[in-house]
Amino acid sequence: MFSPTQHGESMLKKKDEFEDILEERRNSSDLRYALRSYTPPLYKEVTPATANELKDMVLQSDPLCFVVRQVSTESGRPVDEVQAEASAILEEMAHGLQLSTVRFFAFTLSKVFKTLFRSIHVNEDGIQRLQQAVQENPVVLLPSHRSYLDFLLMSYILYTYDTPLPVIAAGMDFMGMKMVGEMLRKSGAFFIRRSFGGDKLYWAVFSEYVQTLLKKGYAPIEFFLEGTRSRTSKSLTPKLGLLNVVLEPFFKGEVYDVTLLPVSISYERILEESLYARELLGVPKPKESTSGLFKARKVLSEDYGSIHVYFGQPVSVRKLSEGRVKRSQFNLMPRHIPKRPGEDINKVVIELAYQLVQNQQANMVLNPFVLLATLLLQNHHQSLASGQKPGMKLQELTDRALWLRDLSRLFGACLQWPDDRPPAEVVSSSLRLHPGLVTISEGRVQLALHQASSPEEELFNQAVIILSCVSYRNQMLHVFVGPALVASAMNISSSTQKNEIANSHSFLRNMFFHEFILCPGGTNQDLSMSFDLLEKARALDVFSHHVLVPEEGHRTLSFLSSLLDPFLQGYQMVCRFVPDVRKFIVKQILAGRLKYSEVLSSDLQKNALAALSRLGAVQKIKGASQGNLKVNKVMVNWLEDTLGEKEAA
Amino acid sequence: MRRLPLTPVTASHRSAPSIHKHGSSMASNISGSSSSSDRQRVAQHRLRVIAGHLQRSAESDSVIQAAECKASVSESVAADSETRTVPRRRQEIMKWNGWGYSDSRFLFNKKGQAEFTGKRYRLSGLIIPGLKDWFEGTFGANLQHKSPATPILNSNATHPPNLNKAFVEELKSTGVPFSHDTEDRVFRAHGHCLHEIFALREGKVGRVPDMVVWPNCHNDVVKIVELATKHDVCLIPYGGGTSVSSALECPPEETRSIVSLDTSQMNRILWIDEKNLTAHMEAGIIGQDLERLLNEIGYCTGHEPDSMEFSSLGGWVATRASGMKKNIYGNIEDLVVHIKMVTPQGVIEKGCVGPRMSTGPDIHHFILGSEGTLGVVTEVTMKIRPMPEYQKYGSVVFPNFEQGVACLREVARQRCAPASIRLMDNEQFKFGHALKPQVSSLFTSFVDGLKKFYITKFKGFDPNHLCVATLLFEGDREKVLQHEKQVYDIAAKFGGLAAGEDNGQRGYMLTFVIAYLRDLGMDYYVIGESFETSVPWDRVLDICRNVKARIIHECKEKGVQFPPLSTCRVTQTYDAGACIYFYFAFNYRGLSDPVHVYEQVEHAAREEILANGGSLSHHHGVGTLRKEWMRETISSVGMGMLKSVKDFVDPKNIFGNRNLL
Repeated sequence: MFSPTQHGESMLKKKDEFEDILEERRNSSDLRYALRSYTPPLYKEVTPATANELKDMVLQSDPLCFVVRQVSTESGRPVDEVQAEASAILEEMAHGLQLSTVRFFAFTLSKVFKTLFRSIHVNEDGIQRLQQAVQENPVVLLPSHRSYLDFLLMSYILYTYDTPLPVIAAGMDFMGMKMVGEMLRKSGAFFIRRSFGGDKLYWAVFSEYVQTLLKKGYAPIEFFLEGTRSRTSKSLTPKLGLLNVVLEPFFKGEVYDVTLLPVSISYERILEESLYARELLGVPKPKESTSGLFKARKVLSEDYGSIHVYFGQPVSVRKLSEGRVKRSQFNLMPRHIPKRPGEDINKVVIELAYQLVQNQQANMVLNPFVLLATLLLQNHHQSLASGQKPGMKLQELTDRALWLRDLSRLFGACLQWPDDRPPAEVVSSSLRLHPGLVTISEGRVQLALHQASSPEEELFNQAVIILSCVSYRNQMLHVFVGPALVASAMNISSSTQKNEIANSHSFLRNMFFHEFILCPGGTNQDLSMSFDLLEKARALDVFSHHVLVPEEGHRTLSFLSSLLDPFLQGYQMVCRFVPDVRKFIVKQILAGRLKYSEVLSSDLQKNALAALSRLGAVQKIKGASQGNLKVNKVMVNWLEDTLGEKEAA
Repeated sequence: MRRLPLTPVTASHRSAPSIHKHGSSMASNISGSSSSSDRQRVAQHRLRVIAGHLQRSAESDSVIQAAECKASVSESVAADSETRTVPRRRQEIMKWNGWGYSDSRFLFNKKGQAEFTGKRYRLSGLIIPGLKDWFEGTFGANLQHKSPATPILNSNATHPPNLNKAFVEELKSTGVPFSHDTEDRVFRAHGHCLHEIFALREGKVGRVPDMVVWPNCHNDVVKIVELATKHDVCLIPYGGGTSVSSALECPPEETRSIVSLDTSQMNRILWIDEKNLTAHMEAGIIGQDLERLLNEIGYCTGHEPDSMEFSSLGGWVATRASGMKKNIYGNIEDLVVHIKMVTPQGVIEKGCVGPRMSTGPDIHHFILGSEGTLGVVTEVTMKIRPMPEYQKYGSVVFPNFEQGVACLREVARQRCAPASIRLMDNEQFKFGHALKPQVSSLFTSFVDGLKKFYITKFKGFDPNHLCVATLLFEGDREKVLQHEKQVYDIAAKFGGLAAGEDNGQRGYMLTFVIAYLRDLGMDYYVIGESFETSVPWDRVLDICRNVKARIIHECKEKGVQFPPLSTCRVTQTYDAGACIYFYFAFNYRGLSDPVHVYEQVEHAAREEILANGGSLSHHHGVGTLRKEWMRETISSVGMGMLKSVKDFVDPKNIFGNRNLL
C-alpha cells in the first residue's frame, strides 16, 4: 500500500542497490546473450494462447459482441459489417510478440546502449518483487515517459532479467514508421489511436483487447500513465483512460487483484533533449519516420551518461480500494453491458493515478547536473534583473550545489551524488557532460547563450538553451514543489498568519493543478507536510496560528519561491494576454519586462490555459478553430492580480 | 442400547440391497451390494418396489388415519416410539461436542492409519490409507500434535436454570414432558458452527436454555405457546440441531426464561394421500426417518439435504432448505403443499390444499425461511413420489474447473440435469481421493492405477488441474440410461471423460462424512467449516477463484502459519445460476485465538461473496451469523416488511432467538 508520505518511502527504497546491466554486456558476447534461453516465471493462472487465439477471444467476447450489435442497431449497418470493422481495428491494434524479434533487439540494443550510455542501473530488488508479483496477479507496468527509448529499454531490461516481456500500449504515430512499426509490434507493442473519444466500437475493441490480455495473464501490460513523453522532464498529470481499462476487471470481480508497478526511468541526458526544447518553442515536432530515425544517427556519437531504472513497490488495487469501493455495484446487470463505474470508483482511480505518478517521481534518480542547472538558471535570471555579469565562479557554484544537495536530500530526493569524490570534481565532470548547455570560461560557469543577428532569433536560440536547462531543473521540482508552494503563498499573501497562507496556498495549488502533480483533495495534507519539511530545514518556525521565518530560513525560502517564480510570472502573462499569448510574451521579454524566456514554452502556456478554463476565466468557443477563446476579463484580471505579490502595506 | 437407530430398521432391509443407494451410502447395510452384480441388483430392486406397491394397496384402508395426538393414535404409518431415531435424550446416541453419532468417528490408529469407527456407514470399520499423508501434507499438521477435546461436560460450566415458576407450574398440568437437566440444556444451546463446537470441546458453555420441552403433537405446541405468551417466556424451537448459522444460540442479552422447544417427538407421518401424492407429517420428523418410512411403502419425498440424517422437516421449512436431488423433486418450497404453524397470535394455515393459488402473497413464504422467529411449524403436507425404479451414480473427469463449469452450464441450459450433479474443484478431487478406503484386491488397485495413467498420461490431464463431476441419475431404467448418455455426450464436448460409478458414489459419501472429518481435524489443531452461496452462471468462475484466493490471503494476513485448505464445489444447477459450496480449513498452531481468526476469515470470505454477486445464503439461512448483511441483501423496505410481519405475529418477541432481522 502507498504510504501517503513519499518521503518516508524514498527513505525505505534507498536500501535497494542498483546494478549496472551494461557491465556484463561489455564483458561477454552480445550474441550469446541474445540467444540464451529465456524462461520467465508465469502467472499462476495463465491460459497459454497465441497472438491469434487472443484476437479470436477478443472478437468473440461478450462485451465486444454486445457493442457490435449495438452499433449495428444504431447505425443501421449489418452486424457482419460492424464485426468486420471491429476485426480490422483489432488487426491494426494487436501486438504480435515474437521471441525472435526480441532477440534481435536484445542484440542490437546491446550495441546501441553500450555506445550511448555509460551504464544502465537497475534496482534488482525491484526486479525480484516484480517476478514475485507476476506469478500472483496480473501486473501492469507503469514507467515514466521521457524518451522514445523508454519502452525498448523496459523490454530490454525485462529480457535481461528473465522476467515476462510486457505488451506495450504505444501511440499510433509509431505505426507510420515503415518496418520499425512492425518490428515494435513484434517486440510486444500494440498500437492505439491518439484520440477515439466518440468511437464506441474502437473503444470496445481496445478495452476488450487490453482486458483479455490482463485476465488471461498473457503478459504484463505496460503503458505510460502520463499519456505521452514529457517534453519538460516534469511529470505530466496522469491520463485515466487506460488505467480505468486495466482496473475494471478487478472492480467487476473478473480477477482477484491487479498489481500496479510504477517504474521510474531517469536519464542523465535525454536523447531528445534539444528536440523537445524546439518543439516547446513551436518548431513543429518531426513526424516519426524511418529516415528521421537514421538522421538521428548523429545522436549516436554523443555521451548520454547513465540511466537509472527503478522498479517501485507493487501496488495492490484490492488493498488500495478496500472499504472504499462497493464492487457489488455491478451485481444487478450482466457485466458485459458497459456500465459507468460509480463515484466511489472514480475517486479511487484518480487518487491512485496521482499517487502512482508521485511514486514514479519519488524514485527518480537526480544527477548533480540537475542541481547545477537549477542554480545556473536562478543566477542567470537574477543577473538579468540586476544587470550584473551572468555566471558563477566554479567554487561558488560548487558551494551552492553542496548546499542544495543537502537541502534536497533533506526533502527526500534520490540524489546520485558520488560522496566519495571531491565536490569540485563532481561538479566539473557533470558540467562536461553538457557542453551544449553550459560553458566554462575564465573560471566562470554560465549558460551557453550565444549572440545572433536579430534580437528575435537570439531570443529563440537562447530560449532553446534555457528550456533545455529548465528540463533539468524540472526533474527536481517534485522534491520542492510542496514547500515552494508554501513559500510562494507566503509571498503573495505577504502574511505570516497560517489561515491566510493556507488560502493562498490553496489558490496556487488550484492554479497549478495542471502544472505539477498535486493529488486532488490533498490540499490540507500537502500543507501540513510542507510546513513539517520547512521546519525540518529550519526555514520556518510553525506555531498554532502563525509562522515565523528564522534568520537562517530566508535563503531557503527565497530559493524555493524563486523556483516557482517563472510559473507565477508566466501564468500572469497568460492572464494578461489571453488569447494571443505567444506574440505578447515575445514582446515582453524583448522589452525586458519579463526575464523568464521559459515562459515561451508551449507546455506552460497550455497548462495555464487549462487552468484558466477550469477556473472559468476563459471558455472555448464551440465550433471555432483552436485558440478561439471567450475571455472573462474580470476573472482573468483578478487571477493575474492574485498571482502577483501584494505590495507590502 | 435399546433403540438402535440404524437407518434400515428391519431385517428384510438388510438382506435386500437397497434401491436407495444414496441414502444407503450413509448406512452400513450396503457394503455388500457393490459385489453383487448389476443385473441381480436391479432385479431385486424391482421386486422390492413392486412388493411395496402391492403391499400398499392391500393395506391402504387401514393405514391412513389422521391422528390428533400420540395418545389417540393406535396404529399408523408413523414410526412408533420404539423405532424412532431421535430419543429425547439425544446425548445417549449423539456426541455432545461434535458431529453425529457417538459410535462413529474418524481416528488415527496406533499405526498412524486413519479409520472410521462404528457400523453405520459404508466407510465404517475401514482403513483409509491416504488420509494421513493428505492431512499432514495439506495442513502441515502432525499426528504428534494433538488438541483433544474435554471429554466430559462439567455441570458447573452452566448457569443454573432461570425458571419462570408460573410457566413451569402450568406446563406441568398439561403433561408435556420437560427437563432442566444440564446435559439436555447444553445440547440444545448450539448448532454446528465451528465456534460453537470449538467452545464445547474446550468445555466452555455460554447462555443455554433454562429448560427443554418435548411436545408430542400440534396441540401440545399450542398449549406451550399459549403459556409462554401468557408468562412472557422466550421460546426457541429446536428441530435437528444442525444449524450452521448461529440460529440456536441463546441471545446473551435475553433476561427472560428461555425454553427450548424440541420437536423431535413429533415425528409421525399422519396420513398419506395416494390420489394426490401427498403426505402429511408432524414437523419434527427427521429426514432419514421420513424417507425410510415412505420407502417402506414405495414412496419418497426426494428431499435429501446433506444433513438429512439429523435435520427435521420443520427445520427445512424454517430455513428454506434445499436437497441434493432438487433437480427432480424441487427444493422445500416446491415440495410443501400445506404448512401449519403455531404463533403467539394463534395458528396460521391455509384453508385448502390447491396446488397453486392467486390469493395475494403466498403466506407460506412468510413461514419458509422465518428461522423460528414467528412460531413453531407443527405439521406439513408434502408432495411424495413413487420410489424411482433405478438409480445410477456416475462421474466425469474434466481437464480443469473452467471446462467443468462450462459443462454444468450447458447441462442446465438444456435442462437435462440429473437428480444430482456436482462439480468438485481440484483440491476437493484430491481430498476425495485421500478418502478412498483400502482396496482389498490387488486387481482393483491395478485398475485404479491404469485409470489414472489413462487420464493423466494418455489424455494429458494435469493432476493439479483436473476436476471431477459426480452424478446421480434416477428414474425408470431406460430413461436413466438415455439420460446418462445425453449428459455424457455434453460432457465430452467439454473434454470430460467418464470416470466410473465408484468415483461418483464416493463423492456423495463424502458429503455425509465430511462433518465427522472436521472433528478429526479438531483433534489435531485443524479447524474448518463450509459455507455456501448462489450466483448467476456468468459469475461462477470468478466467485470461486476470488473467494478461494481471499481465504488464502486472509489466513496469511491473520498469521495462520500454513496455507489453508480453500476449496469449492458447484452443488446445484439452476436455469439462471448455481449453488456453490466453499470448504475452508487451516492448522491453527501458533494462533492465540484461532476461532477469532477463523471468524474474521469467514467474514471476509462472505464479503467477497457479496462483492462478487453471490447471495447471502442459498440454503443455510441467515441466523444471527449473517444478519449484518440482511439490509443490503433485501433493502430497507424489505427489512421493514419482514419486521412488520414479526411485530404483528409476535409482538412480545416470544420467539426470541433474534435470527434474521
